[in-house]
Amino acid sequence: MSNQSPKTLFDKIWSDHLVRQRDDGTSLLYIDRHLVHEVTSPQAFEGLKIANRSVHRPDATIAVADHNVPTINRQNIEDPQSKIQVETLAQNTKEHGIQYFDLMDQRQGIVHIIGPEQGITQPGMTIVCGDSHTSTHGAFGALAFGIGTSEVEHVLATQTIVQNPAKNMRISVNGELPFGVNSKDLILYIIGQIGTAGGTGHVIEYAGSSVQGLSMEARMTICNMSIEAGARAGLISPDQITFDYIKGRPYAPKDSHWDQAVEYWSSLPSDNDAHYDHEIVINSSEIDPMVTWGTSPEDVIAVNGTVPSPDSAKSENKKKSIERSLDYMGLKPGTKMTDIKLDKIFIGSCTNGRIEDLRKVATIVKDKKIASHVQAMIVPGSGLVKKQAEEEGLDTILKDAGFEWREAGCSMCLGMNPDQLKPGERCASTSNRNFEGRQGRGGRTHLMSPELAAASAIKGNIADIRDFS
Amino acid sequence: MDKFTTLQGIAAPLPIVNIDTDMIIPKQFLKTIKRTGLGVSLFYEMRYDTEGKLIEDFILNTKPYDNSKILVAGDNFGCGSSREHAPWSLKDFGIRCVISTSFADIFYNNCFQNGILPIVVNAEELDRLMSAAGSQLEFNIDLPNQSIQVGNHSINFDIEDHRKERLLQGLDDIGITLGYKEDISSYESNKKTQKPWLFGDL
Repeated sequence: MSNQSPKTLFDKIWSDHLVRQRDDGTSLLYIDRHLVHEVTSPQAFEGLKIANRSVHRPDATIAVADHNVPTINRQNIEDPQSKIQVETLAQNTKEHGIQYFDLMDQRQGIVHIIGPEQGITQPGMTIVCGDSHTSTHGAFGALAFGIGTSEVEHVLATQTIVQNPAKNMRISVNGELPFGVNSKDLILYIIGQIGTAGGTGHVIEYAGSSVQGLSMEARMTICNMSIEAGARAGLISPDQITFDYIKGRPYAPKDSHWDQAVEYWSSLPSDNDAHYDHEIVINSSEIDPMVTWGTSPEDVIAVNGTVPSPDSAKSENKKKSIERSLDYMGLKPGTKMTDIKLDKIFIGSCTNGRIEDLRKVATIVKDKKIASHVQAMIVPGSGLVKKQAEEEGLDTILKDAGFEWREAGCSMCLGMNPDQLKPGERCASTSNRNFEGRQGRGGRTHLMSPELAAASAIKGNIADIRDFS
Repeated sequence: MDKFTTLQGIAAPLPIVNIDTDMIIPKQFLKTIKRTGLGVSLFYEMRYDTEGKLIEDFILNTKPYDNSKILVAGDNFGCGSSREHAPWSLKDFGIRCVISTSFADIFYNNCFQNGILPIVVNAEELDRLMSAAGSQLEFNIDLPNQSIQVGNHSINFDIEDHRKERLLQGLDDIGITLGYKEDISSYESNKKTQKPWLFGDL
């Protein structure tokens, strides 16, 4: 590609981070920021030790424990294995001089919440983490993707990763979002359209007036679930909204560096006429508030729809897959989604555990009570999100409505800590995966937006926010 | 890393689409700080009931499939979480090759880091291999020739040269990259001038 040919945002970040081609034809890509958590890093640090290797850039690496951490009592991790894992991270980061936010630090939280919150995440960067939801950071116009533990070790040792360029996909959503529809609905709708393998091998750039009009937090929700569409990374062009969000955060560039950075960031948006391998255009008026009915994020439907029938499947495989999902979910074809009764409500996760999400929930449940048969919990994405919510009085509104107000962490998104569903329990969840057993063995997950989850908590059934008053 | 050249044996059929890494190895087994010992927990919720007893009719619990080295599975195998515990548990169980119509990107990459060969075939071939696996026919996987031979039937598969080479030789990727140390240093010096804001301490 010559320098003159139009480039996408992805192409620009890629070429700016290319160290060189290795002799085997793969590319060595430089990594600007490496985020580390307790679950996928111990074996990587162990590998370094065995090979007598050191961490190449501790100054570009930051660590936090989030997956295993209790959301009630922070003083003591009861599960001995979880405790060892968290202690191992503390020990490893100390040994290698890596900045670590411990459990008592107010800055602790879900790794994908704290990167943006601290200003660590910036446009044009390459960011990796041993976690598939690293795609979240793409909302800033950073190339950010999840990696396995062997790759974590590779990045620790070399500050680079071995890659081949991804293909470019652009999904443009145009028009004003209809009432009751927000970024979570938008990404669930997209996954429903292209499927969980639709973005495999691609980086998805989200564009169009609906996306440009969103806040940074709403953009993060979209990029976060790119992996659920099969794409390792999502991207959104950085703009004034991005710059305003970053400015003044603890690790944001300062003084003359700020001006230099903004000038560079402003050069990143895709050129007109840049080539995309795949383009999809969506009119926002097609989108309803969305909810999942099955055990894959692609099993998604408008909240005023009904549970699909296996007979509607286009292939034998799909039919079997619907049957398996319905059996697991304990649902019958033709049931109205809003007739489905819930046991639990989970509001939180790297998808929807930010302050705007909590504000929306508080607005909906203010001066109301959750249904008597549901248990509802709110797990803020970070200690600072929690603090902010408390300063705004949101915790009082939420507790008065009957929600449990917890400490920050990944919590019931994946249930590595004690927050889990019991077999057969049905949960309205603002998280990202409705896989079999994800939130607890036999647990049944319905993914939705914070607005829908809040309304559902009050109704006790899956609720359509458009009918809610 | 263990080398991979050829592999013979029966293959276990798992005709489910979108097998995610939560299914391959559920969350409670991610608390380990070791790479080994996960084979016994592979496909835990499909293999064991709530009391921890073997579910006898699950394919990997039946003979001769309890010794499978090869898995034939539905579309989009390995989607979801980036956990490398998924290939670790497959390998620890004894599985060195997975055949499907497609794999999720992160899982696909993770396989090659662990001496596991993921093979992509088309839907028609997958059907044929799925029934061959069900009939307990012997599969012959030949990486140098990029072929799967089952009875008289032979299929060729694609694989990127660098991935093939790494599996054949069992190469240490970090060792190779450290051979480019000077390129990395000179990249860093350039960027320190061009983008100085990226080099402050975290």
